[in-house]
Amino acid sequence: MAERKLILAFESSCDETSVAVVENGTKILSNIVATQIDSHQRFGGVVPEVASRHHIEQITKCTNEALAQADVAYDDLTAVAVTYGPGLVGSLLVGVTAAKVVSWAHGLPLVPVNHMAGHIYAARYVGEFKYPQMALLVSGGHTELVYMPNEHEYKIIGETRDDAAGEAYDKIGRVLGVNYPAGKTIDEWAAKGKDTFHFPRAMEKEDNYDFSFSGLKSAFINTVHNADQRGEELDKDDLAASFQQSVVDVLAEKTMRALDDYPVKQLVLAGGVAANHGLRTRLDHDMAKYHPDVTMLQAPLKLCGDNAAMIGAAGFVGYNHGDRAGMDLNAVPGLMFDRLHE
Amino acid sequence: MKILAIDTSNHPMSVALVEDEQLLATTTLNMVRNHSIYLMPAISKLFELVKWQPTDLDRVVVAQGPGSYTGVRIAVTTAKVLADTEKIDLVGVSSLAVLARNVVPTAKAVIVPFFDARRGNVFAGAYQWEDGTLVNKIADQHLGIDTLLDQLAKLDRPVVLVGQMTDKIRAKFDQLPANVTLLPRTYSIPSTYQLAIAGEKESPVEDIDPFVPHYLRITEAEANWQKLHPGETRKNYVREV
Repeated sequence: MAERKLILAFESSCDETSVAVVENGTKILSNIVATQIDSHQRFGGVVPEVASRHHIEQITKCTNEALAQADVAYDDLTAVAVTYGPGLVGSLLVGVTAAKVVSWAHGLPLVPVNHMAGHIYAARYVGEFKYPQMALLVSGGHTELVYMPNEHEYKIIGETRDDAAGEAYDKIGRVLGVNYPAGKTIDEWAAKGKDTFHFPRAMEKEDNYDFSFSGLKSAFINTVHNADQRGEELDKDDLAASFQQSVVDVLAEKTMRALDDYPVKQLVLAGGVAANHGLRTRLDHDMAKYHPDVTMLQAPLKLCGDNAAMIGAAGFVGYNHGDRAGMDLNAVPGLMFDRLHE
Repeated sequence: MKILAIDTSNHPMSVALVEDEQLLATTTLNMVRNHSIYLMPAISKLFELVKWQPTDLDRVVVAQGPGSYTGVRIAVTTAKVLADTEKIDLVGVSSLAVLARNVVPTAKAVIVPFFDARRGNVFAGAYQWEDGTLVNKIADQHLGIDTLLDQLAKLDRPVVLVGQMTDKIRAKFDQLPANVTLLPRTYSIPSTYQLAIAGEKESPVEDIDPFVPHYLRITEAEANWQKLHPGETRKNYVREV
């Protein structure tokens, strides 16, 4: 059993409290996820102070369940990994504080993990990573293309200039009466509708890898409001399909352009919006057509949302590369990968 | 009994190691900085100095609030995770009661500790020493400073206020009722030695998991929601998936 390296991982950056035990960065022994969605649905979105209060209610329970389900004791562990950013500061602090205490109490190394690196590593449970690699990260808080020339090197080459894709889904969801998180419902409606509205594709032809979704969101809202004023009811399936087609077109085209310019061996698709069927299908199609030599790893559906198993996988790599945090580790709500400048 | 006592409810951060009622080591910072950065290094340093191992601890005593939400959460998360992971006792004590203990036990006055709760409000409670025991007379609560002073004026006996004055609330305390005295600022820094002693006598919590801060205030979002949805509040909003 000398080869067995166990990471106890904590994730509390937004509205999920999660603790996992991961073996050698590739095998999930346990992954407890306590979601607060029912609570925040009362408010139509995540309320930071409410989120922090829920995290502190859940933290010890999730930790004990993760250890019990993995059938390991603190003595068996190799290290503790924790998300320290980006995210909501009050939420992050609960996980960071818990991880520091466990690390100190049991003399375990503390590995700080970037939440976005964690999302990428959700795909590690599908297959081995090969470099250079590109990742398309799409979630409620982020939309970015990350280039990884080597293991543990993350460079942003493109990102959203305004709303994240998932944020746009939630905002147009509200207009259609769909509660947060709206992505799943819009995706289902989109599958039944057609792109009849032809919303704008922002920055699609611009020579960069950046995204923008606020123009699309405004065009969508204006379309619905104008119809409302005329007393006209628009087909919600077609609205959803038109919106989603625009999002997917931009994401896919920018990703293909990035792959044209950066020869990589793999493309990783990860983040909460990576669960979107429209996006997965489109990328399958485009990759087969334009980049058949690049393999694609799509994060498993159940690991697209926030979870500690992905933090454990990323934490294992950070551990191997010598990433260590001290007892003064703090939450960094605006933590970002470096941007690669041409 | 080896006790670690922690208070990060407000600007001051304080930690003490106490064994059999003796203070072995304590650290207090009052710099209005981030408790998340300084708390664990302070605890770790004190353990090194007194040559304790984390496994030597018998009990963690924490100032459970009220106070700054984030501040209280850092101490309570630290305390509950430590007690849970070491399988030792956990005790929570009112952060206001900790401050009240700065007043000598022979004092006859009603002791009213307070913290600035912003927007003209304070967290405050009323305490009194009775035969060497600090007794809570009026429960800790969130209320307007004017309301508090009106109520204290009606008490018709000596009252001492103890708490850290901030620029935002200073003016409100300029004109105090005749029976009310504001104690000097030297009384307004919580002592985690006092906290440890207070917590030594208490029974530890039976179940650590549901242990949370005493916020004494629901969030604004929840207050608004409850107004619109009377009687709909559920017991549990979090579920495992």
